Amino acid sequence: MADNITPILELKNVVSAYGRIKALKGISLKVFPGEIVTIIGANGAGKSTTLMTICNIITAVEGDILYKGERINNIASDILPSMGLCQVPEGRRIFPRLTVMENLDMGAFFRKDAADIKHDLERVFELFPKLRERRKQLGGTLSGGEQQMLAMGRALMSSPKVLLLDEPSMGLAPLLVKQIFDIIRMINSQGVTVVLVEQNANLALQCAQRGYVLETGTVVMEDEADKLLTNPDIRKAYLGE
Amino acid sequence: MTTQESKKLWLSCGVGLIWFLIILWPLLGITPEGLEFGKTFKVFGYVAVGVVILMLFYQVQQAGKLNFVGTPLKATSVGIGKIYEITPRWILLGIVLALAIAFPLVTGRYAHDVSISVLIYICLGLGLNIVVGLAGLLDLGYIAFYGVGAYTYALMSLHFGLSFWLCLPIAGVTAAIAGCIIGYPTLRMRGDYLAIVTLGFGEIVRLILNNWMGLTNGPNGIMGILRPEIFGFQLNKLWMLYYVILGIAVFTILAVYRLNFSRIGRAWEAIREDETAAELMGVNTFLLKLLAYAMGATFAGFAGAFFAARMRFVGPESFSFLESAMVLAMVVLGGMGSIPGVILGVLALVALPEVFREFELYRMLVFGGVMTLMMLIRPAGIWPAKRVGRRSEEAD
Repeated sequence: MADNITPILELKNVVSAYGRIKALKGISLKVFPGEIVTIIGANGAGKSTTLMTICNIITAVEGDILYKGERINNIASDILPSMGLCQVPEGRRIFPRLTVMENLDMGAFFRKDAADIKHDLERVFELFPKLRERRKQLGGTLSGGEQQMLAMGRALMSSPKVLLLDEPSMGLAPLLVKQIFDIIRMINSQGVTVVLVEQNANLALQCAQRGYVLETGTVVMEDEADKLLTNPDIRKAYLGE
Repeated sequence: MTTQESKKLWLSCGVGLIWFLIILWPLLGITPEGLEFGKTFKVFGYVAVGVVILMLFYQVQQAGKLNFVGTPLKATSVGIGKIYEITPRWILLGIVLALAIAFPLVTGRYAHDVSISVLIYICLGLGLNIVVGLAGLLDLGYIAFYGVGAYTYALMSLHFGLSFWLCLPIAGVTAAIAGCIIGYPTLRMRGDYLAIVTLGFGEIVRLILNNWMGLTNGPNGIMGILRPEIFGFQLNKLWMLYYVILGIAVFTILAVYRLNFSRIGRAWEAIREDETAAELMGVNTFLLKLLAYAMGATFAGFAGAFFAARMRFVGPESFSFLESAMVLAMVVLGGMGSIPGVILGVLALVALPEVFREFELYRMLVFGGVMTLMMLIRPAGIWPAKRVGRRSEEAD
């Protein structure tokens, strides 16, 4: 990616901590508009913490988080969706006792442009036809894959510029995982920048243009996705060879 | 039913009866005069015979031998359900309202007294329902806001001679402020911790009322509070007061209904379901939780002001923890988040104990038993919140 384009999202030396235990020990990464960037790493490497820190659910202790060149460290989590930064958190976290429709409405909570919301709803239903069928069902009664679709649909209802996805493949059957990844590519092709955190490094690297490898709170490698895919160290450590 | 199933049924029934005997005997058998067995076994005998008869009925019914009664009964209940479904809601609500308005005309003083209690608790239950049922914040000190409302009117009336109608909104506002004061420090807490802090707050308010002699006259309470007036005419009959609280209750129901199905109501529900996810969807959880406390407290404040005007006396003992627990029980028993549920819960816990006055000493025992049974059989409440297909967006 050319250096003269400003990144849409940038982390500079970000440190964040749970109490006294540092989870991120100075992370720097860049995400350019229109990309799919993946963050891979083992359990406890700080992948989810990175996303939670970007969204200010966990506040960064040090460093800068820049969105469209503007520092967003101190912007409250609930303002970020209206700026175009939306996260699908780990474990889906849909609202189980709200209907599918209400869940989707919650995604557009801060928006007031009824016509555009309706348009986005149609777009979500096109991506996930299952959700249209089940729109009157309670979220908690959906299967795991459907819940993942609902979580992604809900995030899309905020019409994000940057979509942060935390482990979309978690606990899903291989066929469903493939479907979800196809949809991620489709969302990306509609102009949404995607940051993808994954345990399933193989699929994530196939899907992404660039990747970052996290180990115990630091970035140990960054490269084009296909180069990471063929890198022997990576293959050994994360792709089970 | 196979013999095996039937055996299992009778076995669990027998175990249940033995367990009942074990808890019954200490209650009835241990007396100041020594241990006694006769009374326990007499009561136990009645219960056991009753249970066995019911079990036999159940078995016969399972075997299909009672179908000649059961089938028509079922048909009628389905029929009633259908009538309920096709009748427009406003007609049903109109009938309920008409009954509520006609009620004092055909009943006596005692019924007025009980029904006023019921209506006060409906206001309290619906207010608490906002905090517990919608926003999912467990509040064990809710009655404090009722107390704040009551003392607000009591003091305003006593010192400034302000009228009830002027003080009603003021009581709502002071209670809302109290709600924000308790809400603010607890915003970062969840579940158990929140419950303990709200419990502490409720006690603090009661202790202030009890000990601030200069302001509240301490345990002696405040007497001589004015009754509500309309155009200089004092409403000093109970049935007149009934209409006042009926008005407040109807207002509360309408307001809570509107809130329930508004954007704010949905945001509250999202917070209840998953606070972090709600925040990630752009919900200002800080403000909305504070608002839930304030709104819930406001309705308790209204009810409190009326309570002061109705009793013409307020004392700290009316606002003990037991009251908070009762209101919470009404909400949970009736069905969290459901307006008709809360109303039924109030009826069950205020009106029924009055009906069962004959049980005297065993009233609370029966009460506890019924609560346990209810939570086992219908954990979502008498009338659970209907969550599907009620929002305007689904009209298409």
